[in-house]
Amino acid sequence: MYEFRMPALGADMEAGTLVEWKVKSGDPVRRGQVVAVVETQKGAIDVEIWQSGVVERLVVAPGMRVPVGEVLALLRTEGGEAPAGVAAVPASPAEAQRAATAPPAAPPSASAPAERVLRISPSARKRARELGLDLATVRPPTPDAPISLADVERAHAAASVRAAETPVQAADWRGQMRAAIAAAMSRSKREIPHYYLATDIDVTRLDAWLTAENLKRSVAERLLPVVPLMKAVALALHTVPELNGVWTGGAFQPSSQVHLGMAVAMRGGGLVAPAIHDADRKSLDELMANLRDLVTRVRGGRLRSSEMADPTVTLTSLGDLGVDQVVGVIYPPQSAIIGLGTVSERPWVEHGALVVRKVVTATLSADHRVSDGHRGALFLTELRTLIQEPEKLG
Amino acid sequence: MITALTPDEARSALLEAICAIAPETEPGSVLPDRPLREQLDLDSFDFLNVIIRLHERLGIDVPERDYGELGTLKSAVDYLVRRTAAAR
Repeated sequence: MYEFRMPALGADMEAGTLVEWKVKSGDPVRRGQVVAVVETQKGAIDVEIWQSGVVERLVVAPGMRVPVGEVLALLRTEGGEAPAGVAAVPASPAEAQRAATAPPAAPPSASAPAERVLRISPSARKRARELGLDLATVRPPTPDAPISLADVERAHAAASVRAAETPVQAADWRGQMRAAIAAAMSRSKREIPHYYLATDIDVTRLDAWLTAENLKRSVAERLLPVVPLMKAVALALHTVPELNGVWTGGAFQPSSQVHLGMAVAMRGGGLVAPAIHDADRKSLDELMANLRDLVTRVRGGRLRSSEMADPTVTLTSLGDLGVDQVVGVIYPPQSAIIGLGTVSERPWVEHGALVVRKVVTATLSADHRVSDGHRGALFLTELRTLIQEPEKLG
Repeated sequence: MITALTPDEARSALLEAICAIAPETEPGSVLPDRPLREQLDLDSFDFLNVIIRLHERLGIDVPERDYGELGTLKSAVDYLVRRTAAAR
């Protein structure tokens, strides 16, 4: 039996409201399928499931606000057996609330941890004491796993959400988004010791290459200037893996995949930074198609849970508004954000002569717990090198 | 097949494309001489989408080197009238 739980769609999310089920009890689902719509502070998100199987039971009814980590549905997986006495979908939100807060479907067998011995990590114990949280109320992800710091944080968040119990109103959605950004950025500045680097990069060759490339293309196939830059950033991260990953449980975990979070402004204020998956391995055409799809869905449609949850690094490009440079604030739990300003013609010294070149200022804000300025400089140097050979970025 | 547009037709085609991308735009309140992109908060992506839409509706493929001609409502209308007339 697989427990499909409310995912954390970003570090700042504590709970979400289930808006709609896309599946019903008895439906087969496959890995990656969108099974539910969840309303968060950043709008409605399509939530995917990462396990194939058959829906055994929908635990939570639409309209309910559910803390991150709570069971939303149970899934019968291949080889798994349905437990005896499967309950139907709860008829009322109140019932569902009880179901959702009850321990998740303990199998009615001897394996039920009736007298479970609490195994607790030292950091979890310390944090629970700080929060005044009863450790007996904390559930680890599996019955026999030790209680980790993350479990304590989750239980605390769940408890505060249950205390507040305020449904998200569509009307104050902008205020909610503002609050979400405030929470994430405050946490970033409180917890992450940033260091900042900046460098000017000559993009004359890239610009000429892109102009020639776009001349060959119909209007719908043209590449925006940011696309080859995205690819160069994603590739340059291979050189300095400390900039690509997440800080979790007091340590940095590098990611072998580059899920490039693209900061996208919403019309009228607010911003999200959903991921373009495996940006280092995609062609420029694929990146452009992905970016187009992403921006269109940010502006009018809906984002998917995986895009919200798993960026490993963020790129912010404010070139459209004519700013020379943007020095970003890291989006926790990531360890770096790269900023690109406007491409503009500037005086440039080359081989002792003053020339005019198209130049962009690239910045790096990075977590000093994870990397140092020297490593950050290596990244920017690699980025500059890659940008000088645009034809190889394809 | 491209049909020649009058300035009024070009203006309404352009405003229709803009409103599709930036739905909160009040067509009547767009100032003719102020840059469209800052007036309507269009980023490069929105701008490209406007151009794609014009291509779909009018059959005009605006090359990148002409993007500057679509800077304001007035210059864009002039450009569309000229392009459609030339193509006839």
